[in-house]
Amino acid sequence: MDAYLSSYATIGALALVGVVIIGGAFLVNRLLRPRRPNAAAGKRDTYECGLDPVPGGWAQMHIRYYLYAYLYVLFAVEAIFLFPWAVVYLEAGRAVIVEMAIFVGVLALGLLYAWRKRALTWQ
Amino acid sequence: MVKLPPMDYAAIMPLLILFGAACLGVLIEAFVPRRARNITQLLFSLAAVIAAMVFVVKRAGNVTAANAITAGGAITIDKAALFLQGSLLVLAFVSLLIFGERTLEQGGAFVAQAAVTVGSEKDKEQAAKSLGSTEVYPLALFSLAGMLLFVAANDLLTMFVALEVFSLPLYLLCALARRKRLLSQEAALKYFLLGAYASAFFLFGVALVYGYAKAVDFASIHTAAAVGAGNITLLITGLGLLAIGLLFKVAAAPFHVWTPDVYQGAPTPVTAFMAACTKAAAFGGLIRVLYVGFDGLGWQFTPVLGAIAALTVMVGAVLAVTQTDLKRLLAYSSVANAGYLLIGVLAGGQLGLQSVLFYLVAYGLTVIAAFALITLVRDADGEATHLSRWAGLGARSPLFAGIFTFLLLAFAGIPLTSGFMAKLSVFGAAVDGGQTWLVIFGVISSIILAFPYLRVVVMMWLSEPGESTPSVSLPGVLTSTALGVGTIATLVLGVAPGLLLDLADKAAAFIR
Repeated sequence: MDAYLSSYATIGALALVGVVIIGGAFLVNRLLRPRRPNAAAGKRDTYECGLDPVPGGWAQMHIRYYLYAYLYVLFAVEAIFLFPWAVVYLEAGRAVIVEMAIFVGVLALGLLYAWRKRALTWQ
Repeated sequence: MVKLPPMDYAAIMPLLILFGAACLGVLIEAFVPRRARNITQLLFSLAAVIAAMVFVVKRAGNVTAANAITAGGAITIDKAALFLQGSLLVLAFVSLLIFGERTLEQGGAFVAQAAVTVGSEKDKEQAAKSLGSTEVYPLALFSLAGMLLFVAANDLLTMFVALEVFSLPLYLLCALARRKRLLSQEAALKYFLLGAYASAFFLFGVALVYGYAKAVDFASIHTAAAVGAGNITLLITGLGLLAIGLLFKVAAAPFHVWTPDVYQGAPTPVTAFMAACTKAAAFGGLIRVLYVGFDGLGWQFTPVLGAIAALTVMVGAVLAVTQTDLKRLLAYSSVANAGYLLIGVLAGGQLGLQSVLFYLVAYGLTVIAAFALITLVRDADGEATHLSRWAGLGARSPLFAGIFTFLLLAFAGIPLTSGFMAKLSVFGAAVDGGQTWLVIFGVISSIILAFPYLRVVVMMWLSEPGESTPSVSLPGVLTSTALGVGTIATLVLGVAPGLLLDLADKAAAFIR
């Protein structure tokens, strides 16, 4: 256990050196710089490419984006499963092909449902 | 060459039927015309449940220790699993009948399009005209199939997958109420968030147990715990986290806080389904974890779970007294009943297991009938669940008030009802198992809990019906059947419980 943890000692030392360097730089900066506070109007505003910031970052997205994102995730996950399967299916035989067909079939069922419910048309 | 594990298709047939039927239900939803959908879906779902039941019964005859474990050790179809699967199917069958009811209001208890903003023009339009959604049937079937898998899981990972499979459709079902939609959506969100937390606890518990036992199946965990090598704290912490996940599902205090909100907000048929089936499935999983995987740790977990059981019965009973809404009252009563069941679980042994199995069926049938009756008492705004609205109902419709009185008496555990037999067997098993202190808590809690039940009875019969007393709608065939089955079962299991007790006794054996 001790030997295992001590192998992390280098990383710990490196992290410490990093903290010292960054912290030291800030400290030296603070000691050397001139200090002239000035609370001019607008000084602390968010800078937004030459425009005054428009109040309120809250906007409602339409629920139909959610539907598309959802369908996308469904098929992204399917693709992830298909990759390792594509590597082995030739040597693994018929049963594995049937299994993947069932998996894809169930997902296709969902897509069929979405299509029939007109979830795929942008209204 | 990948070697596939041998599958005993006869054993897992009920699962395959239900999952397949749920998938086909999605197709029905997509292709059958809207008008015919409800009846098609209902008949199809009921047929699937019956078919699954046939295979469960057929399997029960020839299950042995040698052929119980299948699917590469992921599933155990032993007698206890078959009993639980059978009771889940029966309870789900009766609840599906209430799902299908369309005569009480147009379109039934479910909203057609849950995504429409509440209170908008479109919402008013769909409330007035549209037919209810029928996606509830595939969702319920998916959930039911998950429950069947959950009670038969032979390792913790399968159990976790099953837990998610039966929970996710339930979260959706909760949000689909036709009336009081904001309440329903709130309930679904709360249930989802808290359920997700509980699942995370469960999963972390699985990781810790795996860290100790180097395996997730119950036999290996049992062996590893018996050997006792390594850091036992890891195993105990893991069990604690698993227990949190499971106790959340059974609604034991202090993990019960979601129960009243969800029971109140969910559409009443879904509430009935949850109160009966989720409870049975979650307890099925809990007893399997405790009896099969962790039975060597009895000394460690019994005091802790005992304290939780005592807390649960007291919290459920005391908070039920303060409720003014019938659905919330039944929710707290369901919390207290989770406590009684937990007492039976801790009783241990054959007797404890038998009493828990019996209790799950008896309570499930009674609670479905009670919620079926709640769907009948309505006014212009839907169900009138506030207690004051039920005052004087006995004068308006003596039959239904009488049935509800009988059901409440069963909850209170009056002799000649199934509630009495269930409580008797659980407490008896606990005394035999050396848990007398829990029985004392259980009896005190039952006495406290009798008060809110009897208050409802007194209000129904002894108050004058006022202006605001709603009328009792005449139930359609479906609700009447569900109500009748539940009520008759409550009576029969109270008068002649022998048959089911024998069955539960035969089933009270796990195969490791």
